Amino acid sequence: MEEIKDVVLNYVIEEYLEEDDEEITYDTPLISGGIVDSFSMVSLKRFLENEYSISIPDEKATPEAFDSVNKIVALVREFTG
Amino acid sequence: MSNIGAYNERIREFDWSIAEKELDYSEGNIINIGWYCSDRICLQGKGDRVALFWEGFGGNEKQFTFNDIRVASNTIGAFLRNLGIKEGDRVCLFMDRIPELYLSFLGVLKIGAIVQPLFSAFGDESLHVRLENAQTRAIITQRKHLSKVRKILDLLPWLEHIIVVDYDNRKPLQKNEVAFSLEDAEPVDQCEIFPTKSESPSVLHYTSGTTGQPKGVKHVHYSLISQYLTTKWVLDLQEDDIYWCTADPGWVTGTSYGIIGPWSMGITQAVLDTGFSAEAWYRFIEKYNISVWYSAPTAIRSLMKAGDELVKRFDLSSLRHLASVGEPLNAEAVLWSEKVFNKPFLDSYWQTETGSIMITNFPGMKVKPGSMGKVFPGITGTVVDPKTFEPFTEPGKVGLIAFKPGWPAMMRTYWNNDEMFRKKFKKGWYLPGDRASLDSDGYFWFIGRDDDVINTGGHLVSPFEVESALLEHEAVSESAVVAKPDDVNMEVVKAFVTLKPGYEPNNELELKIMNFIRKKLSPLAMPQEIEYMETLPKTRSGKIMRRILHAKEWGEEIGDTSTLEEDE
Repeated sequence: MEEIKDVVLNYVIEEYLEEDDEEITYDTPLISGGIVDSFSMVSLKRFLENEYSISIPDEKATPEAFDSVNKIVALVREFTG
Repeated sequence: MSNIGAYNERIREFDWSIAEKELDYSEGNIINIGWYCSDRICLQGKGDRVALFWEGFGGNEKQFTFNDIRVASNTIGAFLRNLGIKEGDRVCLFMDRIPELYLSFLGVLKIGAIVQPLFSAFGDESLHVRLENAQTRAIITQRKHLSKVRKILDLLPWLEHIIVVDYDNRKPLQKNEVAFSLEDAEPVDQCEIFPTKSESPSVLHYTSGTTGQPKGVKHVHYSLISQYLTTKWVLDLQEDDIYWCTADPGWVTGTSYGIIGPWSMGITQAVLDTGFSAEAWYRFIEKYNISVWYSAPTAIRSLMKAGDELVKRFDLSSLRHLASVGEPLNAEAVLWSEKVFNKPFLDSYWQTETGSIMITNFPGMKVKPGSMGKVFPGITGTVVDPKTFEPFTEPGKVGLIAFKPGWPAMMRTYWNNDEMFRKKFKKGWYLPGDRASLDSDGYFWFIGRDDDVINTGGHLVSPFEVESALLEHEAVSESAVVAKPDDVNMEVVKAFVTLKPGYEPNNELELKIMNFIRKKLSPLAMPQEIEYMETLPKTRSGKIMRRILHAKEWGEEIGDTSTLEEDE
């Protein structure tokens, strides 16, 4: 089964990276790095909720918690156990 | 002592000639914003002063003196001239907040062309309608945004030049594309400034309305008079200040007060071109000793969410004056800023069409938290009855904000749409489309928009534009878009849709539709929620009744529904 971090990384690359953007890693800053803006973060949150059948409360969906693939994975794991 | 001094005295003795004298301008003279923001400052002996501290991703830093921005804007202007760009041509700036964006702004103005700044997060459809409307001749952009331009190029016969400021030779350039590198270009020390006059067009900003396509708001070089004086008196910029305007120059705040205002005063400004993070913002203030900070309620509320403890980790003692714009600043945010920064954010009100600040809380004035403040000297503003368009004679009544036209930065028209421009005036008042009340002390209190336009994070989104784009999705049969209340952004976009046969209403489809709009229009326009409906409420002739859906979202009385299935 594909690891969560690869699923998230691939989704971010496919959905949010512009042509000619630098390659990203699991630790690349997504929000503070300007790859995913605060409005688009809502669609990323929705993707995680759909993909892992979880519900992430708004107070947990902070720019800091979404700032890298690794941080997102940690957040998802809080809810998937 | 603040620049404005005593507000009541300024009101009594006000004349726009105060700004004209300070800028050495007399009626009939040449007035060119590009020259005022760079050459004139150098002629005043401030060429070595830093004009721009810039920081981008990964700690990348640059700085430019006023002489640097003078030469760089000359160089860009000369490059454009060599391409054949001439006075009156529209040149779109479609870049992130990189230095070239700020320098190109001045360069385009110096040759008499019109700057059309567009938010770089716009998708190809948003870009297309705006470039088509303006019949834009050239666009200055970055590699990362080229794919959006290429996608629509064949639809834009007027777009002759696509200038790429960071071309790296890795992939071949395509039709109409040309590379320009500020670092590699031969610096142009002397550039013939086009002799623009007060009514020469300068900036074309696009804004959204309830119906129809976005409108191009035409400003002229004389707007400098308002922008200079409001910057001086409201933002209170002083000689040694380091100023930070967090707005993107794709929007009017980012040009009026993120370029023209501070640089026409010869003030150093700092720009952070990264995404939002409370920690990064505080670090930026500490690092550059920001003293005057002009931001937006959405950002302030996001900082509030990050907590008080984070603020204490940074030395923010350089902050002297804080101001806010974009949407009404709630009282809690004002009180919070007093608590953590020891000074309140002072709210200001204006819009793309007004070009400069109209109503505001001035330094030294008693702040009523939650109020918009008072009119800027020289502005005649009131609240009028929405039916008669006569000013209310009693305080506290809710009506339409209204201004007497005639201030220097007032838009001159909507591009190719004089009819729409004329509709903004009733009985000699300019109506910005917002509702408010006016108290007995002359303070305005914001109530809301007078139309269906959605104000999300300080940016206006047209429900019509989103509804039209939704209909282009293969699954969507009908759509209606309204504002939904939001703690941080004040409002966000919510869509109601019915689906075509064969499509199942589920979460996966919702996400697909959200992403479709995000890429086609912009992240701002992306519905943050989509509700599937069997049918949408309509009049008998088939017109969708947004007001019923809006009332549902805001928990308001739906009111008279007798027109449901009837024509309104």
